[in-house]
Order: sequence, then C-alpha cells, then structure tokens
Amino acid sequence: MTNHEQYYVPAQSKWPIIATLGLLITFYGLGSWLNDLKAGRDESSGPLIFFVGALFVAYMLFGWFGNVVKESRTGLYSPQMDRSFRWGMTWFIFSEVMFFTAFFGALFYIRYWAGPWLGGEGDKGIANMLWPGFEYTWPMLDTPDPKQFPAPSGVISAWGLPLINTILLVTSSFTLTFAHHALRKDKRGPLKLWLALTVLLGAAFLVLQIEEYIHAYTELGLTLGSGIYGATFFMLTGFHGAHVTIGALILTVMLVRVLRGHFTGEQHFGFEAAAWYWHFVDVVWLMLFVFVYVL
Amino acid sequence: MSAVIDSHAATGHDHHHGPAKGLSRWLLTTNHKDIGSMYLWFSFAMFLLGGSMAMVIRAELFQPGLQIVQPEFFNQMTTMHGLIMVFGAVMPAFVGLANWMIPLMIGAPDMALPRMNNFSFWLLPAAFGLLVSTLFMEGGGPNFGWTFYAPLSTTYAPESVTFFILAVHLMGISSIMGAINVVATILNLRAPGMTLMKMPLFVWTWLITGFLLIAVMPVLAGVVTMMLMDIHFGTSFFSAAGGGDPVLFQHVFWFFGHPEVYIMILPAFGAVSAIIPAFSRKPLFGYTSMVYATAAIAFLSFIVWAHHMFTVGIPLTGELFFMYATMLIAVPTGVKVFNWVSTMWQGSMTFEAPMLFSVAFVILFTIGGFSGLMLAIAPADFQYHDTYFVVAHFHYVLVPGAIFGIFASAYYWLPKWTGHMYDETLAKLHFWMSFVGMNLAFFPMHFVGLAGMPRRIPDYNMMFANFNMVSSIGAFMFGVTQLLFLFIVIKCILGGRPASAKPWDGAEGLEWSVPSPAPYHTFSTPPDMTDEHEHRAGPSHG
Ligand code: HEM
Ligand SMILES: [Cu+2]
Repeated sequence: MTNHEQYYVPAQSKWPIIATLGLLITFYGLGSWLNDLKAGRDESSGPLIFFVGALFVAYMLFGWFGNVVKESRTGLYSPQMDRSFRWGMTWFIFSEVMFFTAFFGALFYIRYWAGPWLGGEGDKGIANMLWPGFEYTWPMLDTPDPKQFPAPSGVISAWGLPLINTILLVTSSFTLTFAHHALRKDKRGPLKLWLALTVLLGAAFLVLQIEEYIHAYTELGLTLGSGIYGATFFMLTGFHGAHVTIGALILTVMLVRVLRGHFTGEQHFGFEAAAWYWHFVDVVWLMLFVFVYVL
Repeated sequence: MSAVIDSHAATGHDHHHGPAKGLSRWLLTTNHKDIGSMYLWFSFAMFLLGGSMAMVIRAELFQPGLQIVQPEFFNQMTTMHGLIMVFGAVMPAFVGLANWMIPLMIGAPDMALPRMNNFSFWLLPAAFGLLVSTLFMEGGGPNFGWTFYAPLSTTYAPESVTFFILAVHLMGISSIMGAINVVATILNLRAPGMTLMKMPLFVWTWLITGFLLIAVMPVLAGVVTMMLMDIHFGTSFFSAAGGGDPVLFQHVFWFFGHPEVYIMILPAFGAVSAIIPAFSRKPLFGYTSMVYATAAIAFLSFIVWAHHMFTVGIPLTGELFFMYATMLIAVPTGVKVFNWVSTMWQGSMTFEAPMLFSVAFVILFTIGGFSGLMLAIAPADFQYHDTYFVVAHFHYVLVPGAIFGIFASAYYWLPKWTGHMYDETLAKLHFWMSFVGMNLAFFPMHFVGLAGMPRRIPDYNMMFANFNMVSSIGAFMFGVTQLLFLFIVIKCILGGRPASAKPWDGAEGLEWSVPSPAPYHTFSTPPDMTDEHEHRAGPSHG
C-alpha cells in the first residue's frame, strides 16, 4: 500500500529551464548545420550553435543529476519517492522499446511485404512496373535504381564480429548482475570489480562495432546510402550503439559513485536503474542479432 | 542564485510556503497548479493562433477562385493549423487539466516528479517557437499537411522541414515525460484506501491516455527520424528507388496517428463522465463498464491504423481486417454513449455551462462517430477519402469532442481554480454561439465532401460555392466567440461571486473537499479513503 509520511516536494529548480534552453539551442544549431551542409553553403553558424547548446545540456545533466544524488544522500527520499522513480524509469524504458519497435516494424514490413512487391511477387506485385526486371533478395545486393542508391557488394556475416559482440554483451549482463548481488551484500570489493568489468565489456563492444562499420563502409560499400538494407542495418545497429554508449556512460557514473562510497545494500536505485537500462540494451541487441544479422 | 536554490533543495521540507514572487515563480516552479495553469494558458494561446490560421483558410474558401493567399501559403496554413491544434492546443490542454486536477482527485500533494513536470511544460514553448519560426524561413514553412506524408515531406519538402522534424522531437520529449509523470502519479500517489476502482473516471481515462502516449510518441519520433535520415543522410526508407517504400511512412505514421486521436478524446470522456452526473444529480451509470470500455478502445486503437490508408494500395485482407477492426470500436464507444444518456435519464438536470457543453459533446461527438463509421467502410472510403467529408468528420470529433470537453472542464473547475463563479450568462452565450457557429461551419462540409470537393485545395468548383460561404460564416462566428471565452475567464479570475468549496451541489470527488480557490499546497496529509465505496460496489454511491 502507499505510504505518505514524508512526501518530498522539491523547491523551485532552475534545471528544467536550463534543460529546455539547452535542447532548443542544440536542435536549432543541428538543424542549421544540416541544412547548410545540404545546400552546400560554406559558412555555417550551425556547428557553433550546436556545440554551445550541447555544452548547456551537459552542464544541465551534471547539475540536475548531481542535485538528485545530493538529495538522495541527504536522506530526503521516502520509500514512496523511490517508487515514483521506479515507475518513471520503467515507463521510460517502455518508451524506448516502442522507439525500437518502429524501426523493427519498418524492417519487417520491407522484408515481408514491400520488398517482394517491388520484385513482382505477392498481392501488390504490380509495383514491379516501376523497375521492371528488378529482383528482390535479402540482403538486398541489388537496388532498383543503383545510380541513386549503389548496392553493397556484400554484408556483414553474423558469425564474425557480431557473434563476438553478442558474447560480450551477454557476458556484461551477467557481470552486472554479479555486481548487483555484491552491492546487495555490501561487498564493495567484488562490486567494484564486476562493475568495472561491465563497463570494459561495453567499451569493447563499441570498439568492435566501430570496426565493423569501418569494414562495411570501406570494403563492402555497405553504407547508409546503399539502399534499404544499409538504411535499416545502420539505423537499428546505430541507435543500439548509441544506447550502449549512453548505458556505458551511466554505468561509468555509477562506478565513480561506487568508488566514492555511494549506495548501500538496501538503497541503490540509481544503480538499479542503470542496470535495468543495460539489460534492456542487451535484449535489443539479441533481437538485432537474430533479425538483422542471422535471418 | 544557484546557491539559494540548492540550499532550498537540501532542506526541502519547507513546502508550506506560498508561491514565489515575479517571473521566477513560473520559470522555476515545481508546483502542479502553477504548471497546470501554464499548460492551460499556453494551450489557449495556441488555440487562438491555430484558430487564426483556420480563419485565413476559411476566408480564402469564402468564394471560389483565388482571393487572398497564394496556394503555397494556403498549404502552409492548413498544415500549421492542423499541427498547432493537435499538438499545441488539444494535447497541452489535457495535460494542464491533468496537472491541476489529478493530484486533487487522488489526494496527492503534487505530481510524482515535479521538476520533470516543469521541464515537460517549458519544452512546449520552445517546440512551437521553433515550429512557427519556419513560416518565416526561406522556402516557407511545412506545406505537406499535418500528416506530412513522404515524399512530399522529404524529397519535395521546403528546407525548413529539418526544423519541423526537430520541433516534433521536442514535442515528443515533452509528451513522453508528461505522460510518464501522470502515470507514475496515478500508480503511486493515490491516497490510502483509494483503490483503482475508486478513482474518478478522469483519472482512469488519463491513466490509459498516458499509456497510449508513452507507447506511440516514440513511434512518431521514429518516423520523423527516418525522414531526417532520408533527407540528410541518403537513406531510402521512403524511396522505392533504394528498395524502401513511401507507404512505409504511412504505416508508421498512422501507427502513431490513430492512437493519437484517442489521446485527444479519452481525457474528454473522463471529464464529461464527471460533469454529467454532477448536473444530473445522479451517480454515473455503469462506472465499471466505462473503465473497461476505455481500456477496450485503447487496445483497439493499436490495430486499426490502416483505415487511413484504404486507397493507398494495401492487400485485400488488409482492407478487410482494418475495416472490421475499426467498426469494432463502435462497440465500446456505444457503451459510453449509452452510459452517459442513462446517467441523464430521470436525473434532476440543470443546464449550467459545463453541462451544456457536455450534452452537446455527447450528441455531436456521436455524429462524428457515425461519419467515422461511414469512413470505415473500405469501399465507401474510396469515394470519401481526402474530401471535405473527412474534414467534417474529424472536426466533429475534435471541436465538439475534444474542444467542448475542454470548455466543459474549464467551466466546471474554474470556481476551484479561481475561487470565483464565472459569469453564467456570458458562458451560456459562449456555448450557444460556439454551438451554432461550429455546426454552421462543419455540417455543410459533409455535403460538399460527399459531392467530391477535395480537401487541402484553395479553390473549388462553382457548385460548392453556397455551402462554402455558409461554412466560412459559421467559422468566423465560432472564431470570434472564443475571444468571449477569454474575456469570461479573465473576468472570473479578477472577481465574481465567491465560490464555495463545492459550488456544484451534485459534484463528487476529493477536489471539492479543499477550499476554493484551491490553496497553493493541498493534501500534504493525505485523506483516508478506506471507508469510501468502490464505484463498482453498486449504485448507492454518494
Ligand atoms: C475554429 C475552428 C476551426 C475551423 C474553422 C477549422 C477549419 C479547418 C479547415 C478549413 C481545414 C482545412 C481543410 C482542408 O483544406 O483540407 C482544417 C484542417 C484541419 N483542422 Fe481545423 N478548424 C477548426 C478547429 C480545429 C481544431 C480544434 C482542431 C484539432 C483539435 C483542428 C484540426 C484540424 C486538422 C488536423 C486539420 C487537417 C490539416 C491538414 O489537412 O493537414 N481544427 N480545419
Ligand atoms: Cu484512425
């Protein structure tokens, strides 16, 4: 049941408005930058504005989360507050799941409907009239209009780097769980070790992922612009990679906090939230491995 | 400055003080009532802005031929009008009502995550500042309709589309955080003893709306991201030349878009479910079935999206599936309408402004629902698609649906917000002018639509001239009337007959147990609801 003894209503805060300004400036800068690039204008104030905004956002993140950490360590949070954070994090992760759902949905739609139709099969095979003779295969090593979207000469095999990356990420989920168990039992030594190992595994994953991208771009001609295979491939793995980066940064912050003696065996929601996020990223990878690389 | 704030934060418990002075009260606030008020004012400003764009559209359509604006500008007006009304007027109004009322209704001291709450609000002026600024950019603002179908919005879009995309991202972040806050508040901050089935329906409908928002706003973010990639990074999601498909855009967009229409109407369902019992002086008929009907509508809203795409070329099985699934929605919706009517049945009704708007809501929303059923018939939709019949349909669900729901709520709770009664005579005038104006504006659109007048076109065939002139006159009448609403609200804030804690004798709920105006901080100690009946325990409630 809910308990209400000491509900914490924070006083006024400057962070939300700083966050808004930061995001607005960043986005405005990004938009100008992209537009200037596309129009081939040499002088662009976009990058500068973008980085100023990004600085604002970084300042805000440090300040706001720093504030929350401080409040938590002064013991201002009740069990009820804790539950609010838990619900907040849960629904946030759900929203992330839905974000990836949109991209997976696009992949399935192309593979099972739009692609075959373009190749002249199925209910709407009449789409083949657009590029008569186009044959649909997956991976798509031949695009309908190769002049506009030059097809790749090959794609990444699942059983090389991606397999290693799968092993790395799954292992990291285990090491993180070991860290969590250690934290629960207040064993700080193993906690630090397992957590540091998790961060390392995440970093290793990222390095390999970058290597894979370089291989794709320089040797296979598999790029964002190489047709729908490249588009779905890079969007799914790219957004996943971005999430691994964020997750690894969060875990690094947790590691720093652990080193500074934060968290107790009973109270460590910050750590748990980071762990939830990491497991979520891990599950997304497993889906990717199956649906992007293997199948 | 920051030191002061930080030391405040560190002591934290002094939350019995009143509001801060000056501008900082609004910029830095964490108070759900302040934030609710800001949402409501922002929404009204957007309503007037989007409304003036509608006036431009209707002025151009007053007569056939091109009169006032260029076709390019006309397209920007329809697009911006739609976007501003949907994302700037209706959605923020309901978030504002949620902010104000949900903590009061469930006996909570504030929202679950008060700082994030303020962040959610302030992102909106940023987003709409960015969006509206596109009108002044080279090449003009978005001109591809509020549905921004690719390739109109990618290959053939004005340069400003980049800022449109980023503005949508800002709105999305705001909505998702706002929804997470509402859901966390409802799940975690209910007063002791307030079980889920004791919650007022407004809280229930918002819980489900919050879920819908968290589920589909990320999908909207996904689709605009794909656009951004197609435009700037050479991907081919929506280009068949690279193996993609423009129809993919429509699938992803409407997977967001259909639940979105329920996001705009469910909270209004909830508000009306509070108001009709209050002015019928009877408990709501069929509380439990209302809850289940809302959940059923939310579920169905995920599996009907392609009813917007009957003419685009989807397989026959798809046409059939989406046709029947769409028609199924009529069942839970019918349950609701039945319950509202049964609540009024043999009640001792009075017709103050909230009730007038609510009764009009029930009748006119039902008309919009019926034209929706007509559109759901796939073969018939081949005739209706992209005509003014569609415009008539969605304005019947949005204006007397969402907007009347918001007006009803505003009048119902204004005494609680301001401590004064609003001017009933003027409010009734506001109602009747709105009622007549909107029916004049939108009813003839059914006829010209069925006769084939296309939407989003600045000119039309001579034979549609009379009905269009009537439409425009109705629209101007509706538009001008909203200034009266502004006047009524300001008058009510400045003064008026003092309102008692419970100004409506038939009203129910915790919000009426606190004084009017509601003090800056309420329910610092939660009320005990253990002895209250669950609504489902039977009709003896209250
Ligand atoms: C003052 C009352 C209003 C008037 C007179 C009005 C009038 C119009 C007109 C004439 C169009 C253009 C139709 C076309 O050419 O295709 C339109 C489009 C639209 N309106 Fe309204 N409207 C009003 C209020 C609203 C409200 C309150 C909402 C939403 C909550 C709304 C949502 C839309 C949408 C989504 C579109 C479609 C835009 C598009 O085609 O992309 N309108 N409206
Ligand atoms: Cu729909």
